[in-house]
Amino acid sequence: MFTLEKRPTPSKAWAWGTPFLAVALTMVAGGLLFAALGKDPFAVVRTIFWDPLFGEFARYLRGQLLVKAAPLTLIAVGLALGFRAGIWNIGAEGQYIIGAITGAAIGLAVYPTESRWIFPLMILGGAFGGWVWAMIPALLRTKFNTNEILVSLMLVYVAETILSKAATGFLRNPEGMGFPGSRSFSSYAAAGNPELIAGTGLHWGVVAALIAVIWAYVLLQRHLLGYQIKLAGQAPRAARFAGVSADRLVMLCMGMSGALAGLAGLFEVTGPAGQISIDFNVGYGFTAIIVAFLGRLNPFGILLAALLMALTYVGGEMAATNLGLPSSAIRVFQGMLLFFLLAVDLLSNYRIRLAGAAREVR
Amino acid sequence: MDFYGINPAVLIASLMVASVPIMLAAIGELVVEKAGVLNLGVEGMMIMGAVCGFITAVHTGSPWAGFLGGAAGAMAISLIFALLTQVFLANQVATGLAMTLFGLGLSSLMGQGYNGIKPPAMADVPLGPLEDIPFIGRAFLSHDAMVYVSILIVAGVWAVLKYSRVGLILRAVGENHDAAHALGYKVRRIRVLAILFGAAMAGLGGAYVSLVRVPQWTDGITAGAGWIALAIVVFASWKPWRVLIGAYLFGGITVLQLNLQAAGARIPVEYLSMSPYLITILVLVIMSSGKGRAGLNAPAALGQNFHASR
Repeated sequence: MFTLEKRPTPSKAWAWGTPFLAVALTMVAGGLLFAALGKDPFAVVRTIFWDPLFGEFARYLRGQLLVKAAPLTLIAVGLALGFRAGIWNIGAEGQYIIGAITGAAIGLAVYPTESRWIFPLMILGGAFGGWVWAMIPALLRTKFNTNEILVSLMLVYVAETILSKAATGFLRNPEGMGFPGSRSFSSYAAAGNPELIAGTGLHWGVVAALIAVIWAYVLLQRHLLGYQIKLAGQAPRAARFAGVSADRLVMLCMGMSGALAGLAGLFEVTGPAGQISIDFNVGYGFTAIIVAFLGRLNPFGILLAALLMALTYVGGEMAATNLGLPSSAIRVFQGMLLFFLLAVDLLSNYRIRLAGAAREVR
Repeated sequence: MDFYGINPAVLIASLMVASVPIMLAAIGELVVEKAGVLNLGVEGMMIMGAVCGFITAVHTGSPWAGFLGGAAGAMAISLIFALLTQVFLANQVATGLAMTLFGLGLSSLMGQGYNGIKPPAMADVPLGPLEDIPFIGRAFLSHDAMVYVSILIVAGVWAVLKYSRVGLILRAVGENHDAAHALGYKVRRIRVLAILFGAAMAGLGGAYVSLVRVPQWTDGITAGAGWIALAIVVFASWKPWRVLIGAYLFGGITVLQLNLQAAGARIPVEYLSMSPYLITILVLVIMSSGKGRAGLNAPAALGQNFHASR
């Protein structure tokens, strides 16, 4: 039998190595899954991981990578701040939806005014909407001790209901012949979020994601608040003695992650999605949880992880159209990745020793 | 005796049916949490139970086999959780979330081609003339067997936790795993068994959704029932009987809002359909605040991993 021996400090080498190991293991297990579905596993893995980057249609698909990675990065960077401090905001999907609705509502309210101030105002609105939605679980946690995991999750369902009300009711396109969905932002220049350089997929959300990564890195490495976040996660008792206010951290971490998720929602709805529709949200808020862990809660790691996850989205769509792979297979694949990641994390926190061997040494 | 065209006896009858899935999932999670394990994957286990139960029932033609299949499917996926948290010592919150994401994807993959099929119907328990008692017969005595089985399970869990040695050991493991380990109890084994029991219950609850409550298969059919079950455990302050009350409360709200929608009440449909979630939040707030807050009753080792250093 094996025994586990806790490392005094987590292994640095394994902290870097585990994400790669987890991805490799997921490819093997995913290959088995695809084979079980009657597909050629090598063809599927190549379609998902190789073709979007270097295949025939890579010119177009590389842009799609940025489009998908931007919201994942924005949300995951925010979530990671909370996860580091032991604050579990898992309702990012709801904050994403509400941010999108708030920001879009500002733009739609002034339609068809053309002014350069409209889009910045909408960005603020998006961040504000997400922040407000995240403040609900944060306030309930700090004032009433309510579990933020359950409250933030419940608010996702509430947000989805509000979204369907928005798409069919208060934000519906008055000229849309009664079809659900708001006015299209692609034909409203002052409020749209177009591709900045044609064919690259680069839009303002990508820019914001890069800024968020750098901002979060600086916050964690160079700022007192970042230090407090890390301290509260690793040694809550020590943090209390050092005078770190747990309530303040909850409010700040939830607020920042909510605002970032709201931003992601706004950039998505004005750009790639194009309008408020009943189902414009495709679960980025939940996938971002995987991204945060895959990136080891490190901002730059998250950026890489988001690109990888975007690859599975883009490649998964390719595999669905070209090879008939069911689209839900990709969600299974992403879920597997998180499982493997959590499993191999053992290697960075513990040493594995053969029980018999240890005794001989003694 | 109708309000808004809603007959109270029918309302109570459908309330009892609506509360079965969350009651089963919540009582299972209660046992898991009593053993000190926080399994946030209830939603994932439930939906696996729903899809496995549905597939089994369609192929065997027997709803009972479906329930067994549902329990087995949920237990299978929970083994991953057990392995990760008990052997690999992974973070329980993250692993539970992973199980929910994985379960939602896998169930949708497995359920392909089962949309629009009707599962074999579950017969009511024949109680003969008792069913003809006015009001009581319609409200309480004309249900399928799982309604009564779920109540019996709650009673069973209560009795085992309160009066039996097994229950005492389980609680000891959940309150202080180091002390339990020092007394020679197999902390890890007990926790794995508790996780499996919780999964079986969540699976039964999920299967009840797809076989009786809805009854058909669609993606994401459990629609947050697993999360509500988790909230009910907090609402119940980890006491089995209160799970019963909690499940009836939430079942009642669900049924009432559906009935109000059908009856065309003047409240917009959207506000009605978000009400179960809002009321869950409200109840959580009431239960977790103040002096007698539920959190004080939580198992002391809840969510902490156990690693025997000696």
